[in-house]
Amino acid sequence: MNDLARTRERRESRNRWLLLTPALVILIFAASGPLLITLVYSFLTAGDYGGIKWDFSTDAWFNVFFQRDIFDDTLSFADAHLSIFWRSVKLSLLTTLGAIVLGFPTAYFIATRPKHHRDFWMLLIMIPFWTNLLIRTFAVMELIRNEGTLNTLLMAISVIDAPLQILFSETAIIIGMLYVYLPLMVLPLYASMERLDFSLIEAGYDLYASRLAVLRRIILPLVKPGLIAGSILVFVPSLGAYVTPRVMGGGKQLMLGNLIELQFGQGRNWPLGAALSITLLAIVMVALLFYVRVAGRERGGHG
Amino acid sequence: MKKTFTAMVVAFFVAAPAFAEGALNIYNWGNYTSPEMIEKFEKDYDVNVTITDYDSNDTALAKIKAGGHGFDIVVPSGTYIPIFVGEGLLMELDPSEFKNFGNIDARWMDVAFDPGRKYSVPWQWGTVGVTVNTSVYGGDINDAALVFDPPEELKGKINVVPEMNDVMGMAIHYVGGETCTGDKDVLKKVRDVLVEAKKNWLSMDYGNIEKYAKGDLAAGVNWNGASMRARMQNKDIAFGYPKTGYPVWMDNAAILADAQNVDNAKLFIDFIMEPENAAMLSKFARYANGISRSEEFMPDDMKSAPEIVVPTEVKDAAYIAETCPPEVSKIYTQIWTELQK
Repeated sequence: MNDLARTRERRESRNRWLLLTPALVILIFAASGPLLITLVYSFLTAGDYGGIKWDFSTDAWFNVFFQRDIFDDTLSFADAHLSIFWRSVKLSLLTTLGAIVLGFPTAYFIATRPKHHRDFWMLLIMIPFWTNLLIRTFAVMELIRNEGTLNTLLMAISVIDAPLQILFSETAIIIGMLYVYLPLMVLPLYASMERLDFSLIEAGYDLYASRLAVLRRIILPLVKPGLIAGSILVFVPSLGAYVTPRVMGGGKQLMLGNLIELQFGQGRNWPLGAALSITLLAIVMVALLFYVRVAGRERGGHG
Repeated sequence: MKKTFTAMVVAFFVAAPAFAEGALNIYNWGNYTSPEMIEKFEKDYDVNVTITDYDSNDTALAKIKAGGHGFDIVVPSGTYIPIFVGEGLLMELDPSEFKNFGNIDARWMDVAFDPGRKYSVPWQWGTVGVTVNTSVYGGDINDAALVFDPPEELKGKINVVPEMNDVMGMAIHYVGGETCTGDKDVLKKVRDVLVEAKKNWLSMDYGNIEKYAKGDLAAGVNWNGASMRARMQNKDIAFGYPKTGYPVWMDNAAILADAQNVDNAKLFIDFIMEPENAAMLSKFARYANGISRSEEFMPDDMKSAPEIVVPTEVKDAAYIAETCPPEVSKIYTQIWTELQK
């Protein structure tokens, strides 16, 4: 009996590995492989006309954070790179914050509709998501450009008399990313709100809790997993965004994605581009570790 | 629709054997090869032409360097020809094999990027200058200061195409330097001018024809062909040639060292040097070509276009864009990154 159980267990474990193999192969070759190449490249010397030379060098990593002044040869922090890092983090945080402010009420609204209506509302959130990213970005651009819908409307009702210059600014990048990534906030929030036991909220009101107290002490703690998952889902792609800052920022406000592209293209410095990519990965990793820590503590506290 | 598709598939399979002997694979910039001219070539020589697009010299270089591409012809910019040659990617041409070789305009014969035209022949050439909306600014437009030290009425309405070499080159000449200079004093001035000027720029973007035409943009660094297309939509748009110096670029057709269809590639190179065929290219892409006597075959609106016909007073300010040495390029990239931060 015991033997039989062990054999079955062994067979099951083998089957599990067999079933996992395709996924593992893809992970190893399509995810880890390129990553490894990127890592190796970041320690090589840049070829004169793009590409790399097989000479070990830490120049690329040095140049991520420091620069030798081209004119007086003094060493200083790589001001250009650091300000682009900072802009990327700042804009991504603001986008995440905006997504919470807009996404939370939206998800709550949908979760409190009668069950058979919810699908319809979710569909409205999902439909833009089916459209190509570039097309969505250009659509937003059409809305906020000087001769666009928003400015024409505001001028027609005489709120302003000269068009607002929104396009090609950091605000434009935030608006663009907010629109593109909002569904990624609404979906997990909705998923955790749908499971919310609304009798708890009623109980709160029965015990004379104010609306704010109910939100803070009942709803927020219960939907926190969804909120954190949504924030990560918005923050991470915002950090690496390429198309949106390119189109909405008018190429004048680089974000990390654009800086990396520059190194592989006109900059002809592949190792630096590789080192910057790994740095971006590290920033994302820190954000995820933070998430794991917070989520882990939550679980530990309740257990 | 479906029927058309079926017909196409059938046509493909039926047609394929007939063309089997004559194939030619061209690797060129997108939306740049006149379909009319290709059709003529296919008919004249019974060759089946396939065109593949790229969007930048760097893309083309990377793909060809990687090998296994199967292309016969490539059309890099002059600034990239020495790189292609240095990497051994192009086939050396023998002028005596081309009956139309003598049609190359003397000006484009002994170019710095390919002395004596050993590897490439002219495809199209153009200039980088300043596009200005003359209803916003009424002064002299042949001036790089419109972008680098703009007058009040243009501030905040300027776009600069994000082409590092063109913009850096124009700025270097603006402060009095030479093409590809490594002179630190000059480059420091260039950096200061660019960083200061950027505050007045709205964007650094490629696609801008509509924006000029609709008035979102009033001035900027631009290509002559793009500027001409904006003018065709809005007659106030004009193209200025900075008198301090403006880059002239040329894209050139060349045969790849590992081409499979060498004979057809040679036929094609000879074919595009025929004035009538070169004119077809220009009619499509709206740039000039480097072939003498092709003007006779050009559409009338191009013969007199101020974007194509350079005014005599600024003719000497033109300089031919060059491949800068890697160590100089490195400094340019640093300034460029600082500019875009």
